[in-house]
Amino acid sequence: MLEIRNLNVHYGGIHALRGINLEVDDGKIISLIGANGAGKSTTLKSVMGLVPKSAGSVVWNGRDITRLETKEIVKAGIALCPEGRKVFPDLTVAENLTIGAYLRKDKEEIKKDRDWVYELFPRMKEREWQLAGTLSGGEQQMLAVGRALMTKPKLLMLDEPSLGLAPLVIKDIFSIIRQIKEAGVNVLLIEQNAKAALEISDFAYVMETGTITMSGPGRELLSDDRVKKAYLGE
Amino acid sequence: MNFFVDNLPYILAGISVGGQYALIAIGYTMVYGILRLINFAHGDMFMMAGLVMVYLAADLPMQIAIPVVIVFTVVLGCMIEKVAYKPLRSAPRMSIMISAIGVSYLLQNAALYLTGGLAKTYPAIPWLAKTVEIFGAHTKMVTIVTPILTLVLVIGLVLLIKFTKIGMAMRAVSRDFETSQLMGIDINRVITVTFIIGSFLAAVGSVLYFTNYTAVLPTSGSMPGLKAFVAAVFGGIGSIPGAVIGAFIIGICENIIKGLGWTTFSNAFTFVLLIIILMVKPTGLFGEKNIDKV
Repeated sequence: MLEIRNLNVHYGGIHALRGINLEVDDGKIISLIGANGAGKSTTLKSVMGLVPKSAGSVVWNGRDITRLETKEIVKAGIALCPEGRKVFPDLTVAENLTIGAYLRKDKEEIKKDRDWVYELFPRMKEREWQLAGTLSGGEQQMLAVGRALMTKPKLLMLDEPSLGLAPLVIKDIFSIIRQIKEAGVNVLLIEQNAKAALEISDFAYVMETGTITMSGPGRELLSDDRVKKAYLGE
Repeated sequence: MNFFVDNLPYILAGISVGGQYALIAIGYTMVYGILRLINFAHGDMFMMAGLVMVYLAADLPMQIAIPVVIVFTVVLGCMIEKVAYKPLRSAPRMSIMISAIGVSYLLQNAALYLTGGLAKTYPAIPWLAKTVEIFGAHTKMVTIVTPILTLVLVIGLVLLIKFTKIGMAMRAVSRDFETSQLMGIDINRVITVTFIIGSFLAAVGSVLYFTNYTAVLPTSGSMPGLKAFVAAVFGGIGSIPGAVIGAFIIGICENIIKGLGWTTFSNAFTFVLLIIILMVKPTGLFGEKNIDKV
């Protein structure tokens, strides 16, 4: 279980996060919704140690990981699938998956996970030897999720997995997120597509300009008037 | 055919010096590929390798002096990275470039201080300086060794980058620091390896180059350094095969120009070439196209 306590981040002179408190329980899909620039991505990046924290702490299964290097955080079982997919365009699909397992030495398990990723995304198996840069947007997103899974995370953080994708593809991605959760990986999801996110979330947080303004079970927030007005366009 | 026969010594010299430029150019292009930095100190590191060889060969046998020179250059390269570039990792690119220029002058002046500004004679390495005859042209053994050794090293490097884990990490890091970190890749380790490879090749290049040119001055690194840099730009900076091909083309053209009796213009040729490339095809022969995908 991940606990973020009073997280503060200053980013180029801006106080980007002003005391975030957030929890990801085991066996749950948690989502974080909010407008552009609210600080959602910054929250995930600072959990991964990519953005320096100015105050607060991050605790992962009882262990304080606030000051750890990114590499150590990945090793501890947290993966971030970054916004905009960020697959390595001049590596093949297979290499992109291999590089996801960069820190792992357990050859057998790596093979098993690769098979699982191919099972989740049969399209990736077909395109194993293709350069990732030649894939369509949806396929790149699948590869990015697959690559993150290859780190063998216990918590998978997804940053805007639906960004710029066709509605049908988005549906696929969300159904796969559910399958990932069923396989025992906790999911923390960032979305602008608030409706889709809230529908599959067990619990959700709403973020505005660096603070969390609301939280509650996904279904509850879906019917909340303020959420409806601000994020669901009703 | 006549042209070929008449100019054979020049063509041979061109292939040889081309290989030496190639070994330096790879250092430029690899560091650029990963850090997006033109390592201006690279040519001066090459000079330092030559200078250290002069001092070592005075007391040590060649079989020991050469490996020690290579190790020294690798350590120097890594130290420069740790001291002058690493602290500026998140600084604007201009700052790190200025730092590189600073290191370049530091090395040149350190050499000036050590040598008192006098040209030092490079020791003759017996099996490289030996004279041989090919197709009736007399030349030093190094002329033949250089292109072969260069190709072997380049092929080894390309295989390393294509098929090993660290090579894959290098390709990933050259694309995207942040995402590479998310895979658990240690960026600093990859950068260190890049500098080790670049410095190693520059040291090998210096042994070959100074066997031909015999005098080491504090400024000896700047001309070959600049030419290797032009070769890297010509081939498409960031591309290893590009740098090698560019280096051979520049080396051969320069020497043919000398053979035609226009020695005065052989340096000018290289820099005119740079200007033309930058105007006509700034990405070079094999440079990465700038695809801005949103």
